[in-house]
Amino acid sequence: MEIGLNHYLVLSTILFTIGLVGVMRRKNLLLLFFATEILLNSVNIAFAAISHYYGDLTGQMFAFFVIAIAASEVAVGLGLLIVWFKRHGNINLDTMSSMRG
Amino acid sequence: MEKYLYIALFAPLVSSLFGALFTATPKKQFVGIIASLLIFLAFLSSTVLLVHILNGGEVVHVEMMTWMATGDLYIPFGFVVDQVSVTMMMVVTLVSTVVHIYSIGYMDHDAGFNRFFSWLSAFVFSMMVLVMSDNFAGLFIGWEGVGLCSWGLIGFWFHKEVATWAANEAFIMNRIADLGMLIGIFLVYWNTGTLQYDGAFAAMPSLDTATLTWIGIFLFIGAMGKSAQFPLHTWLADAMEGPTPVSALIHAATMVTAGVYLVVRSNELYDLIPNVGLFIASLGAFVAMFAASMALVNRDMKRIIAYSTLSQLGYMFVAAGLGAYWVALFHLMAHAFFKALLFLGAGNVMHAMHDELDPFKMGGLKKPMKWTFIMMTLASVALAGIYPFAGFFSKDLILEVAFVENHYIIYTVLLLTAGLTAFYSFRLIALIFHGEERYKLFGIDPHEAYKFMLVGMSPLLLLAIIAGSFKLSYFEMVTNVLPELEYHIHHPVIFWTITIGTQLFVIAAIIFAYKKYANANIKVPDGTSAMENSIAYKVLKNQYYIPYAYEEYIVKPYRELSTVFWQHVDLKIVDATVDGIANIVYSTGEKTRDMQSGNLSTMLRWMVAGTVGLLSLAVVFGLAVRHSDEIVTILSGLGV
Amino acid sequence: MFEAIAFYLFAFLTIAMFYITVTTSQALYALTALAAGMIFISAFFFILGADFLGAVQIIVYTGAVMAIYAFGMMFFDTTRDVKEKQGNKFIIVGLSTFAAILVVLIFAVPMISTNMTAFYPVVEAAGNTQNVGMVLFTKYLIPFEVAAVMLLVAMVAGIVLAGKKMDLSLTLMSGDEVEEMKKNQDKRIIS
Repeated sequence: MEIGLNHYLVLSTILFTIGLVGVMRRKNLLLLFFATEILLNSVNIAFAAISHYYGDLTGQMFAFFVIAIAASEVAVGLGLLIVWFKRHGNINLDTMSSMRG
Repeated sequence: MEKYLYIALFAPLVSSLFGALFTATPKKQFVGIIASLLIFLAFLSSTVLLVHILNGGEVVHVEMMTWMATGDLYIPFGFVVDQVSVTMMMVVTLVSTVVHIYSIGYMDHDAGFNRFFSWLSAFVFSMMVLVMSDNFAGLFIGWEGVGLCSWGLIGFWFHKEVATWAANEAFIMNRIADLGMLIGIFLVYWNTGTLQYDGAFAAMPSLDTATLTWIGIFLFIGAMGKSAQFPLHTWLADAMEGPTPVSALIHAATMVTAGVYLVVRSNELYDLIPNVGLFIASLGAFVAMFAASMALVNRDMKRIIAYSTLSQLGYMFVAAGLGAYWVALFHLMAHAFFKALLFLGAGNVMHAMHDELDPFKMGGLKKPMKWTFIMMTLASVALAGIYPFAGFFSKDLILEVAFVENHYIIYTVLLLTAGLTAFYSFRLIALIFHGEERYKLFGIDPHEAYKFMLVGMSPLLLLAIIAGSFKLSYFEMVTNVLPELEYHIHHPVIFWTITIGTQLFVIAAIIFAYKKYANANIKVPDGTSAMENSIAYKVLKNQYYIPYAYEEYIVKPYRELSTVFWQHVDLKIVDATVDGIANIVYSTGEKTRDMQSGNLSTMLRWMVAGTVGLLSLAVVFGLAVRHSDEIVTILSGLGV
Repeated sequence: MFEAIAFYLFAFLTIAMFYITVTTSQALYALTALAAGMIFISAFFFILGADFLGAVQIIVYTGAVMAIYAFGMMFFDTTRDVKEKQGNKFIIVGLSTFAAILVVLIFAVPMISTNMTAFYPVVEAAGNTQNVGMVLFTKYLIPFEVAAVMLLVAMVAGIVLAGKKMDLSLTLMSGDEVEEMKKNQDKRIIS
């Protein structure tokens, strides 16, 4: 059967939801980062699909930049995570609540 | 001439403000002296104005400044000195000066000396505003002002609960009556478009009788409160809790006569509605008899004199109600003099007897207190209406008026009351000054008052004796404003029979009183004698049980109602609502505070929830935009 | 037909991998599943004709990013199972389902306009890489350069945050100072 844009968008939505579940559920900060990666990837699929079905290269450009940004985000994030781990000895979210209101 | 008006008006205010500077400091003699001097200055200005008016001078009318000028309503602060108001001014300032001088001696040992003079002068100022104002609004300002100062002065010794209760009673009763007066003033404005006396009275003949009747009734209700007519009379007897100079000034000469002044000032109105006038006269006669009966058995010296005032106010209203306004005003003037004198003399007696009020515990005081004895006796003679003292000319005139107008019932009532008046006045004199010296049983050593107080009282004595001779010149002056009605009994036989008959009746009453109370067998009644246990005595002693009825049937239910409103409406509904609103704000904050737990997981969940919310909004709006036509059709069908 | 089979296959695989990532209790399994998922996503890119993007996905994401994560995991004590105090499951699942439904609604219901024009249309004659190059270096030049600067900054940040002894700079010290430092180090080891 014909695969249309809607199929890709539904797929992207499902992956996005999985990512959301992970973001809400995970208590270990590193695993939280993994869920964030899932979110970004699902969005990339959506961009690429739209770009293909409308014959526009804008979507691919966006996906490209999203990848670049995700990479740098991982670098900085992990750096911070290492510093925190050296100071506190664990990276459990429930212990990181010093900014409470 | 205007400057005399302003001096007479504002000198008491200056005195009051000056005294107010010292209310928190201990007694300073000069406060009393300066206050008395300023009031004396007001008296002199009033005298100048009186001479000016007597000599046919022009009425002094000033408009000091505009108070309200909004739309059609124009009320200025205006003052007029015409024949009626100059009479009142004279009376007020004269009695006030005497009372101020007297108070320097009477309040000698009181800690609130300065405060007393401040209140007293403020009262004089309010009374001056009342009598000098040229419109109903200014009258009302003065009306309220004298009510307030009366409250402050009755409750002067505020640590005594009886005094504060009496002050509240006086003020509240006055307020109830003021509601009626306000309605009357509103009706005047509504129907005539102005509150100025000349404008309003000029427009009144063109109004229909029903409206005029209502206006007259409502204004009289206000007068009823101020002049303590039945049923708003109970405050006057209780007001004797205040210091005696207060009773002399306020409850004899000035405040209680404000009601009479109002009726006299509105004579053009009351001439148009003679039925209301007849009602006023009947009520006045009833009050005269009613008060005199209560004074017969009373054992409180000041209360007897207070009932006497009430009775004489009834006389004044009879005169005013029957259309003889100048007679009412004349009796007001004469009464002010001898009643104030009586009160001040009673003050002397009280001071000598260490605040003892029961005349049965006194007796034989004419030896140590000779001058007070002379003054009080002469004042009582004037009150009884014996020729040639002042009372004869005013009281007998009222009796003549009643007779000539063919109101024989009123005439009989007033005649009997005259006899009762003589009886109880001389009962009081006999018990205090004659007979055995019962005060020795109680170990009291009386002495006469200070010399300067006696000297201060002497102008009143003089006027009580000679005021009758002013009748003719007074008549000529005042009938420029008031209706000129000569009450002449044409048949000389009837005239002389009535006059001499009245005199004999009064003298007989005096002799009877002397015989009963001036002999040496009087003992202090202790509740066991047959007369004391008779029903008539009990009814009269308890003031016909009217204060009891007020307390039981009006005050207590009202208090219960207030408690219900407080506990069930105010606390549970109003307060709960306000507290509830504050609580909502507070609890909302408390609950949303958990959003800031610092826990990243929770915050992430909130983020997703927010995203979901925004997505929902996007869906809703998108659908609305898509189907906007159908939505408009549905809404217009619903009538939006 | 092949397209359909490929699509469904890879879709199933991707969803399964990512599901493992978010639900497993062992960090190492999560990492492995994530890497696998990335590869399958690049397959999608190839199906959609975005060759360059697919290649970049494999190199950068699966290669570089996953490697960083792997190195990062070496710092943390990952032999222990991640004990997680479960939050309210219903909130999580409920919210996510609701969000999914909403997004599908937005996409599936034809609310998107139907006459869109392409900003940067594909030139049919050239291949995908050439097309990407043409657009990237002309229309998207400035974002490209800025992204380069951003990557530089991220790299420096990563080094600074994770490195040791960052106050010394060997290149800026003279030769004598380096010798002295080495001697001091030896001394410390001996004593």
